Amino acid sequence: MEIEQTALPGIGLKHEFTTQSGRRIAVVSHRTGRRDLVIYDRSDPDRACEAVQLNDEEADALVELLGAPRIVQRLNALHREVEGLVSLQLPIVDGSPYAGRPMGDARVRTRTGASVVAVVSGGQVHASPAPDFPLGAGDVVVVVGSPESTSAVADILTNG
Amino acid sequence: MHTATLFIELGGIVLALGVLGALALRAGISPIPLYLLAGLAFGQGGILPLATSEDFIAVGAELGVVLLLLTLGLEYNAAELVTSLRGNARGGLVDLVLNAAPGAVAAVLLGWGPVAAVAMAGVTYATSSGITAKVLSDLGWIGNRETPVVLSLLVFEDLTMALYLPILTAILAGVSLLGGAITVAIALATVSVVLLVALRYGRFIEAFVASPNSEVLLLKVMGLALLVAGLAQQLQVSAAVGAFLVGIALSGELAHEARALLIPLRDLFAAVFFVFFGLQTDPKAIWPMAGTAALLALVSMVTKLATGAYAARRAGVARAGQARAGIALIPRGEFNIVIAGLAVAAGAHPDLGPLAAGYVLILAAFGPLAARLLQPLITVVARRA
Repeated sequence: MEIEQTALPGIGLKHEFTTQSGRRIAVVSHRTGRRDLVIYDRSDPDRACEAVQLNDEEADALVELLGAPRIVQRLNALHREVEGLVSLQLPIVDGSPYAGRPMGDARVRTRTGASVVAVVSGGQVHASPAPDFPLGAGDVVVVVGSPESTSAVADILTNG
Repeated sequence: MHTATLFIELGGIVLALGVLGALALRAGISPIPLYLLAGLAFGQGGILPLATSEDFIAVGAELGVVLLLLTLGLEYNAAELVTSLRGNARGGLVDLVLNAAPGAVAAVLLGWGPVAAVAMAGVTYATSSGITAKVLSDLGWIGNRETPVVLSLLVFEDLTMALYLPILTAILAGVSLLGGAITVAIALATVSVVLLVALRYGRFIEAFVASPNSEVLLLKVMGLALLVAGLAQQLQVSAAVGAFLVGIALSGELAHEARALLIPLRDLFAAVFFVFFGLQTDPKAIWPMAGTAALLALVSMVTKLATGAYAARRAGVARAGQARAGIALIPRGEFNIVIAGLAVAAGAHPDLGPLAAGYVLILAAFGPLAARLLQPLITVVARRA
C-alpha cells in the first residue's frame, strides 16, 4: 500500500491512499492540531465527499478503535510466520497476586523467557507496556513465546 | 473636545464594521466588500463625512497593511515557498501572464498610461488568499486533489508580490529606468537574502524572538515587523514586503503562536484599512466606472478559471476538479486594494481608485458565492460524465 504525502502550504499536510476496494481516504493534519478524516467521492475521485473534523481526543479514540484488532491480527500473522511461537491473552483474575502492582514485579521475561507485548486495560490497548505499568484486575495481558513459557506466564499471573 | 469627537467617530465606525461583519457572517460572504461600502459611506461625498478621525485612520490603514502581510508571511515557512516555486513555476507564470493582462490592457485602453497599467495589472492579478482559504475550508474542499495546486498558486502569487510591490513603488515614485532597475535589484537581493537566512539561520531569529510570555512575544514580533517594514520603505522596497519577509523568516510553533496573537490586531486594522480605501474613494465616481468594473471582473473571472483549469490539469486532476480550482481562485480582496491604495496615494489617474473599488466589490462578494452556487452543479455534471 502506498501512502501519498502532499504539503498544503499555509495549512499543513495531507496523507492519502486508495483502499483495495478502490476508495480513496486521506487525513489532513492542520498545523493548528485539527485533523480532518477525508473520504473521496466515487464518481469524482478528486473531491472530498465527506470531511470529518476531529480534535485530539477524537483522533486518539479513532486510532484505538482501528488499532486494537490490528495488534491481535499482527500477532496471529506472527504465529504463522514463526513456528513454535504462540501468543496468549491472559486475564488478570480477581485473586491474582499482581492485581494492583506494577507489571515489572512479575519478572515475566526473566522467569519464563516469554514477552509481554501488550496490556488491554479498560478497553484500551497499551502496546509494549513499560515495567512500571500498573496491572489491575480485569486487565488482559498479551504474551508471546514458546508454548511452555507462555503457559508458565499464565501460572505466574494466577498463582504468583 | 477633539478627543471626544475622535472617539465618537472611531467608535461609530468600528461598531458599524462589527455589525456589518455579523451580517456578512450570516450571509456567508466575505466582510471585505461591506467594509469597503462602509468606507464609501463615511468618506468624501458619502452620507456621513468624517471631521477629525481621518488622520488616525490613515495611520491605522498603514498598520493594517503591515499586519495583513505579516500574518500572511507567518502562514508560510521558507521551505514551503521554495518547494512550491520549484513544483509549480509553470502554473504560476501562466497565472501571472493571464491575470495581469486584463488590468494592464484595460488601463491602456482607457488611456491611463503605462504607470497605471502596471498598477492595474497587479489589481487583477492577485487572488485573495484570505478569502480563498476561507472558501476552501467552508466548502470542505481542503482535502480535494486540486487544493494543493490552488494553494501553491497562492504561494507563488504572494512571492511574486514581494517582487512586484517594490517595482510598483519605484514606478509610482517616478524614478528613472536606472533608479527602477536599482530598486528592483535591491528588492530581489533582499528577498533572496531573507529566504536564505530564514532557511539556514531561521532558528537564531526565532531564538531571539521566542518568549514563553505572550506579551513579550507580541511586542517583539510586532516591533521587528514594523522596524523591518520601515527600513524596507526607506530602501523603496515597500513596507508591506518587509513585513511579509519577517513573517516568512519565523516558522514552526513560534509562527503559529505569534499569528494567533496578531490576528485580533490584524482584524481591527485591516478593517480600518478597507474603510480608509473606501474613504478616499468618492462613491459618485464609482457609478461611471461600474460598467467597466463589471466587464473587467467578468474577463478576469474567465482568465482565473482558465488558470485554475490549466494548473489542475497539469497535476492530473479531472474536469470537475479543474473547474473547482478555477472557481477557488476568483475572489479578489486585500492585496488588490493594497496595490490600488499605493497607486491612489501616489496620485494615479483619478478613476483608478473607483475602478479598483468596484472591481474588488464585485469579485470579493461574487467569488465565494460562485463557489457555493456552482459546487452542486459541478457535482451533478461530474456524476453524469
